[in-house]
Amino acid sequence: MSNILEVKDLNMQYKTSEGFVKAIQDVSFDIPEKASFGLVGESGCGKTSVAMSLLQLQSDNAEITSGSIVFDGTDIVQLSEQDLRKVRWFGISIVFQGAMNAWNPVIKIGEQIREAIREHYPENSKDQNTEIILDLFNLVGLDQTVIERYPHELSGGMKQRAVIALALSCQPKLIIADEPTTALDVVIQDQILKEIRKIQNKLGLSLLYISHDIAVIAEMTDLMAVMYAGRIVEIGKTTDLFSNPKHTYTKMLLESTPSITGDRKTLKSLEGEPPSLIDFQEACSFSSRCPSPTKECKDGSISMKLIELEDGHKVDQCCYRCLNE
Amino acid sequence: MNKNIIEIENLKTYFESSSGLFNRNKIITKAVDGISFDLEFGKSLGIVGQSGCGKTTTARTITMLEEKTSGDIRYFNESTNEMISLDGLDEGEIKNFRRNVQMIFQDPYEAMNPRWMIKDTILEPLSIHNIGTEEDRDIAVYEMLKTVGLTPPENYLNRYPHELSGGQRQRVAIARALVMKPKFIICDEPTSMLDVSIRISIMDLMINLAKDLDVSYLYITHDLAVARYMCERIAVMYNGKIVEIAETEELLKNPIHPYTKRLISSIPVPDPKYVRKVYEVTQKDLEQIYSLDENDTLFDTGNNHYVATHKVEGLI
Amino acid sequence: MENNIIKKSKLTTFKQNFNRFKESKIGMVGLVIVIFFGFLAILQPFLFFTGMWDYSTYHPVLGYDAVPYTATVVECPKEYPTENYNTRADCPSLNEISIITLRPFMPEVEIGDKVERFRQPAPPSRSHILGTDSLGRDVFSQIMEGSQVAFFLGLLSATLSVFISTILGSIAAYFGGIVDAYLMRQSDLLLMLPSLPLLFIISAFTELKVWHLALVIGILGGLGGSVITIKSQALQVKVKPFVDLARITGGSRMNILFSHILPNVAPLAILFMVFGVTGAIASESVLSFLGLINLDMSWGLMIALSQADGYISAGFEFWWLVVPAGLSVTLLAGGFYLIGRGLDDIFNPRLRKR
Repeated sequence: MSNILEVKDLNMQYKTSEGFVKAIQDVSFDIPEKASFGLVGESGCGKTSVAMSLLQLQSDNAEITSGSIVFDGTDIVQLSEQDLRKVRWFGISIVFQGAMNAWNPVIKIGEQIREAIREHYPENSKDQNTEIILDLFNLVGLDQTVIERYPHELSGGMKQRAVIALALSCQPKLIIADEPTTALDVVIQDQILKEIRKIQNKLGLSLLYISHDIAVIAEMTDLMAVMYAGRIVEIGKTTDLFSNPKHTYTKMLLESTPSITGDRKTLKSLEGEPPSLIDFQEACSFSSRCPSPTKECKDGSISMKLIELEDGHKVDQCCYRCLNE
Repeated sequence: MNKNIIEIENLKTYFESSSGLFNRNKIITKAVDGISFDLEFGKSLGIVGQSGCGKTTTARTITMLEEKTSGDIRYFNESTNEMISLDGLDEGEIKNFRRNVQMIFQDPYEAMNPRWMIKDTILEPLSIHNIGTEEDRDIAVYEMLKTVGLTPPENYLNRYPHELSGGQRQRVAIARALVMKPKFIICDEPTSMLDVSIRISIMDLMINLAKDLDVSYLYITHDLAVARYMCERIAVMYNGKIVEIAETEELLKNPIHPYTKRLISSIPVPDPKYVRKVYEVTQKDLEQIYSLDENDTLFDTGNNHYVATHKVEGLI
Repeated sequence: MENNIIKKSKLTTFKQNFNRFKESKIGMVGLVIVIFFGFLAILQPFLFFTGMWDYSTYHPVLGYDAVPYTATVVECPKEYPTENYNTRADCPSLNEISIITLRPFMPEVEIGDKVERFRQPAPPSRSHILGTDSLGRDVFSQIMEGSQVAFFLGLLSATLSVFISTILGSIAAYFGGIVDAYLMRQSDLLLMLPSLPLLFIISAFTELKVWHLALVIGILGGLGGSVITIKSQALQVKVKPFVDLARITGGSRMNILFSHILPNVAPLAILFMVFGVTGAIASESVLSFLGLINLDMSWGLMIALSQADGYISAGFEFWWLVVPAGLSVTLLAGGFYLIGRGLDDIFNPRLRKR
């Protein structure tokens, strides 16, 4: 199976009045076709920046300084704006957090989806587009009357399903879902997540699922990467990372998530705050919060780099050395 | 020696809004529609429900921010050593009630006056109730900062809220809530706006303080996993009513009400190999009545496990 | 031990805020301008008090200084141009005087005589930095007097206005109901009334002295539109969780109004006040110019007098009669505005660059 997406050594920084903020540092990962890939991390770790860079939607003061993003064989970092438009929505589409705000409140839902389809398939007739929309709604579990509704007439769950329909409208090969269910009730969330999985299997799509909630990542993804302060610290099969986490941060994440199953265990927590992304250090960016940092972690004599363990399970080398010495 | 710090009986809070010309059409929103529960000294009760179920309104009604429509709220008055209803209390007695009830809000930044320094925020309850001399109060604030882990206190006293991180602000909120040594604190989703890695430290802090200072929590959240971590008993709310209330582990092992079953089935588990226990809940289940008497709000199934006995509509 | 630390911290707030204000260049420029004019305002009584200036010469209203010069008596020709003069306006020139002008007063004078004359208005010289006006009064002294008037009027009316509107706005927000409804209608009414014509009418009924004017501007401003803005700000504060917390803790309504709502509304109010000073100074100069106030001296009055005597239309020749006064109004009003902009930075700490 080939990879639909190959990100290699991606580096991105934002220019601010106080200096350059290195939002993404040396990030590399591959998403195979039809696979579901999770990106986990807390606020400020860079996961949303990664999502934006995949669609080349980063803000004006952001700059990709090096690296490549190869989607379906083409490096999209090098593409012109015109060629990019073909990738966006056709190749890669995105379901954002906060679907409530994604819709124009004064235009009917059907019309807004139609607009997107028209942009990409200008030769289609109106009836053809209606067919497409009905098919999509069927897929996401929406009634056809929703086409004539305004956004405020729909519940949060329905709006989010409509956003998914919108994302699917041009038959992309990869869907990015960036915290798509955070604002929703847990019952609705469950339904939506099941829908996404069902659609993914049915249409043979790849999914990049971004979240801070590792429980959802556990259920939704086959592969996952843990991000901290702009870098990937551990990456591999979801089952491997959960049963055998190798990085201290991954371990802490797993140990600090309360669950309704199993024993009511005592949970551990992390002290401190994520580091500032402005100053570049050689030392491990996690060392300030690590419960047992070694001398090498802090003085930077080991630089941060992913090394491969077995079967695609990679971890940042400092932590690996630390835990296995 | 009384067991309960707060007793809520058939509490209802309805909101009226009018529409139409000359306010002719009155729309009544039944935010809290007849709930009853007790909170024991030193124990914690979780109220779990989705947005709009009435849990925040419950909190606001108990703290008298909203006016209740009917029902009874009783609290334990130390001086008379008995449960007193909040109805018909005079101002002095209400102030006494307020000494014993505090609240911690969801948004740590909005819960502090942005123009006040941290020390002023923590001082406020003490100065409102005129406790101790000025020197006493300053010492109390200083000690409180140490207790919640903001050390050295000198670094925090003169800071402003915007200079602190989310976790630090929430610790200040806890310090402020505890500075008067209240009997009972209502927490409204205090960790949902914090980063995942620091939630546990805040929750652990609250648990430890509860033990040390003998405080009861009424913990409101939409996250059943968090409620499990924090509370000995959990009440599940839906549409303004409590549909089930039981001890935590009992509730999770043997949920009876269809809504509870639905809720538990929907929660993702942080273990990829785990296959969720799914409770099949049909529409028929949702309309089941457990007892013939529809006026009873909660039916005792024995084992301190109560289930609502009325119809529940429109869950989908 | 801990108490010393806690007590020391109380002093630093003002210093912290002032340092923040210093960061704003615009604010500092405004502050410098205002301090300059403040200095001028104080300088005048100081000079009189220490005797460096004497009243008879330098008083802005009653002083008189004759600036002597020697003039040659000439006869202006009937036709132009001639070898000495190009146009009719050139005769008599700066140090000459026409015999026709003198004849009624000094009948024996002949062409070519030198006579002692006094110059009114006199251009700037060593004894009069900005010259004298047409009545021989020192212009610089007048500017300083005007500065006093501007500060007094501006600050008094702005303070009054802000005081009234903040209290009314906060009350409307906090108590709601009928109180709110009444106050809003009152504001609507005042918004409708055009301020300057209203001032004209008032001046027709009563004699307006400076502090009358300050009162009128202050009250009208205070009851008007700013109440609505302050109320909306107060409403935003009222629904914040920290106000709920104060209520839960047992704070009384008054307590909450004064310790929570007002301080959070104060920044907006102070901004209004600073901009209000700008408006007050501008209003005064307009009213003086139109002769509607009973003032001894003010910048607007200076310009009015110059205009009445025709010196404005004379072009730049008598610039010291127009430019200092006009520039002062602009600078001082603008200076307060710039301070307001600078204050914005302090009052919105979250908006500052982080």
